[in-house]
Amino acid sequence: MQPGLYHILFVSTALFFIGVYGFFTRRNLITMLMSIELILNSVNLNFIAFNKFLWPGKLDGLFFSLFIIAIAAAEAAVAIAIIINLYRSHRSIDVGNAEEMKY
Amino acid sequence: MTGNTIIFYLLATLTLVSGLLSVTTRQIFRAAIYLLFSLIGIAGIYFWLQYEFIAAVQIVVYVGGIVVLIIFSIFLTQQAGEKLESQKLGRKVFSALAVFCAFAFTMLQMWQDGFIRNETSLENPSLQNIGKRMLSTTDGGYALPFEIISMLLLAAMVGCIVIALKQKDLITTNSREDGKAES
Repeated sequence: MQPGLYHILFVSTALFFIGVYGFFTRRNLITMLMSIELILNSVNLNFIAFNKFLWPGKLDGLFFSLFIIAIAAAEAAVAIAIIINLYRSHRSIDVGNAEEMKY
Repeated sequence: MTGNTIIFYLLATLTLVSGLLSVTTRQIFRAAIYLLFSLIGIAGIYFWLQYEFIAAVQIVVYVGGIVVLIIFSIFLTQQAGEKLESQKLGRKVFSALAVFCAFAFTMLQMWQDGFIRNETSLENPSLQNIGKRMLSTTDGGYALPFEIISMLLLAAMVGCIVIALKQKDLITTNSREDGKAES
């Protein structure tokens, strides 16, 4: 059987929840950022699959993915700048140690 | 079972297994490398779907940019050979259970829904078509989001520099550079 829309949706859903699992269990800011990247990638895969299989007359899904990739790049850069600044002041990038920023 | 199908299953397995290892391994550097393989697997799926441009963008931006940035920040912030501390078993079990239930629920919803395929004129995802649509200002063109994205990237770049700059009281350089910065 030729893999179709449902196979790709299975992959992207599984990848999304793998990312969510990582987000729940990790306590290190960089690994949490990695989980967010996995989630964003699964969303991109979803857009591309829907564009390919359900709406091949348009390129809208592809453009959504392109813009999501651009925003993800900006987000990763800003997040890493924040993480490095936090490491400089706290000597640690554990989310537990960043709690005092709340007050 | 044709070669096409086998390639898809190989790519899907690569993506999912390395993604899973990326969130469960306790060595942060290995997590970054597994993330790299997962992103390469997704780029392979884009190639398999014959969306070559988005696959190239995925490899250039994610694999070449973001993962390298993450590896650099790991080098800057982690001590060598230090393992991440293990989480409590209860938290792990609870997260896995919650995630599995949500996954099963989503898949169930998806299987019950019959997606309607819309077959109008086929637009080839070639580089030419993408470029035309990207810069077109007519209906269905993406010129405005393109400009907004360029402003966002500029703002993010400036923001990164401002955030990662050293604070004045932390500067330990000599006074000549201090004077230059203040003037």
